[in-house]
Amino acid sequence: MEYFFQQLINGVTLGSIYGLIAIGYTMVYGIIGMINFAHGDIFMVGGFIALIAFLALVAIGVTAVPLALFLVLLLAMGLTALYGWTVERFAYRPLRHSYRLAPLISAIGMSIILQNYVQIAQGARVKPLPPLVEGGYTLLSKDDFVVQLSNVQIIVVVTTLILLAGFSWLVARTRLGRDMRACEQDLKMASLLGVDIDRTISLTFVIGAALASVAGIMYLLYYGVVDFYIGFVAGVKAFTAAVLGGIGSLPGAVLGGLLIGLIETFWSAYFSIEYKDVAAFSVLIVVLIFLPTGILGRPEVEKV
Amino acid sequence: MRRGKTPVPNAAASRTRTLPLAAALREATLAALVAFGLFFFLIGLHTDQGPTGALMVTTRFDSLALMVGVVFVGAFIRALLFGRGPIGLGRALPIWLAPAVAKAGRYVGPALLGFALLVPVLFYHNRYVLDLGILVLTYVMLGWGLNIVVGLAGLLDLGYVAFYAVGAYSYALLSTHFGLSFWICLPLAGILAAFWGVLLGFPVLRLRGDYLAIVTLAFGEIIRLVLLNWQDLTGGPNGITSIPRPSFFGLPFVDGEGGFAAAFGLEFSPTHRVVFLFYLILALALITNWVTIRMRRLPIGRAWEAMREDEIACRSLGINTTNTKLTAFAMGAMFGGIAGSFFATRQGFISPESFVFGESALILAIVVLGGMGSQIGVAVAALVMLGGFELFRELDQYRMLVFGGAMVAIMIWRPRGLVASREPSLYLAERRAVPQALVEQGRG
Repeated sequence: MEYFFQQLINGVTLGSIYGLIAIGYTMVYGIIGMINFAHGDIFMVGGFIALIAFLALVAIGVTAVPLALFLVLLLAMGLTALYGWTVERFAYRPLRHSYRLAPLISAIGMSIILQNYVQIAQGARVKPLPPLVEGGYTLLSKDDFVVQLSNVQIIVVVTTLILLAGFSWLVARTRLGRDMRACEQDLKMASLLGVDIDRTISLTFVIGAALASVAGIMYLLYYGVVDFYIGFVAGVKAFTAAVLGGIGSLPGAVLGGLLIGLIETFWSAYFSIEYKDVAAFSVLIVVLIFLPTGILGRPEVEKV
Repeated sequence: MRRGKTPVPNAAASRTRTLPLAAALREATLAALVAFGLFFFLIGLHTDQGPTGALMVTTRFDSLALMVGVVFVGAFIRALLFGRGPIGLGRALPIWLAPAVAKAGRYVGPALLGFALLVPVLFYHNRYVLDLGILVLTYVMLGWGLNIVVGLAGLLDLGYVAFYAVGAYSYALLSTHFGLSFWICLPLAGILAAFWGVLLGFPVLRLRGDYLAIVTLAFGEIIRLVLLNWQDLTGGPNGITSIPRPSFFGLPFVDGEGGFAAAFGLEFSPTHRVVFLFYLILALALITNWVTIRMRRLPIGRAWEAMREDEIACRSLGINTTNTKLTAFAMGAMFGGIAGSFFATRQGFISPESFVFGESALILAIVVLGGMGSQIGVAVAALVMLGGFELFRELDQYRMLVFGGAMVAIMIWRPRGLVASREPSLYLAERRAVPQALVEQGRG
């Protein structure tokens, strides 16, 4: 039972990270109907920027962890958002009226570019970072097994919750959010009614990238390592999460993220750690076959 | 969501208004600022493990300045030449030029084939060229196999390398455990891979294009992870070693009695096997090509192309799209599997390392660059890409970067690939190629 609780905590933490990435997939899919294959790599870029920014801050003498973390968060969100904007501007916008598979192929190309760019610029080796936030609470202890809730896990989950609240507010209450919802319903009609769709789509990518960069920072804090390849696997899993929750639905993305995080953690804990990725990918296939609209998604009507 | 038609090319000419100098400078400065933001942390600073094992930051501001400078100059020239509009690099061949190109194109195929047949004669003493030729032909075959799925049937398959892996492991396991010969395993590997193609195809048929792409990607990764972790069967990361080499229809390539050289009264030379492998993969690739060309003329091939153009219309006309998709998957997978068993016998050693997603992306890039659906385009693309990699060998670390860039650039400027026009398979009075701008790929 204690083991179960511990895995539950770990799973929720991991799921929060996936949820943050999944939001980027689901928003972009909702608005322009494309799978942003490079989104996982944007997450990786965010993690790298955070790592380098943190080391640079330490080098220039900012050693107070809360201040450094806050600055890193701002820097990484801003710069990763710039990456999101650039990718959309160069690789996707010219293809908005092309045939359906063109943006996807372009996105695969972009994903390859980002991965190799980071590999060339920063090397292929795994980059370790000593733990920044230590300590935690012991929730339960029985015999020799203790259930730990570490401060990092608290930070990850709380940050996710704050960002989600902020983001839901943005979508529900602001002008930009209204434009985004309008574009999601009907891109052409929205543009006829005076919504600047280029700007709205750009901002969607920017926000998605900023959230992915936060996920990158959380990943860095939680695991203490990044390498240029983490974006691929995390990206596919987050996409699975978005599909599982129902693509196009924001609460669905978070729910899907949590479920994928839990499935992966429990699979590793109770079955085999080697096959944890197989479990996550199998979930994707099974969901698409039996529940193609996801848990909270709306069925898509095919129009001729 | 319904997409509009691609804008007709002459619209591009009116949009390329140039900017005055001051505005161009402003654009360039803006671009340089963005580049500074993008590159400051990732290029301007470098992390490396210091003497204590902890990461250290070193600065690399010269590279950063170079990158920002390049972006500034590039953006400035772009603004002067093209303004804010798209860069109008010949989006399509002019209509009047298309027949001439088509006529020239008719001679490219035979010329390439003739050259391929002569390679072992011309370069008999150059082992390097022969090995490169075998590599290129393997990718030509894989490209043609994937072309059936992506180019003809319009199903984006991101896990093609899985079938290549199935073929390779089928041959490796059957020959090392049961001693079956290469010539028995070759069709068996094809059949097994086709079986896997159907197995994968069956559940995912209901999915639309981009979902299908992700599922095939997941499938490819699952196969690789299973190969990596099922240590008892596949040897895990160590792979399978000492896979039997192929024989010349029963005559092994060995020195002495009973070998190939002795049987034909030749002096033994290890080059014989390489030349044989070269002609073997050439023959396999040509069979793939021939089958594809014949299939295009059969009802099933027509159904593939109809499905690519518009799946709903296709269903309305009473075509069974389930069977159509399954056969496309199975055919593509079969050729992938055969290529895989060739790969296994050539290398003599296989491991999951050879079947990563990057390989799928490379094969897909070949198909995409070559022009989806064009046989000759795929062959040229494979030659250009793999030949290019060899030419710029010192720049090895940049090659993936270049081909990611090529995929994006091709999609933007020539979304139909380098050979973009389509040959109609049925025509009324005269055979005319359909220019790229008039071809719209369906939403299937």
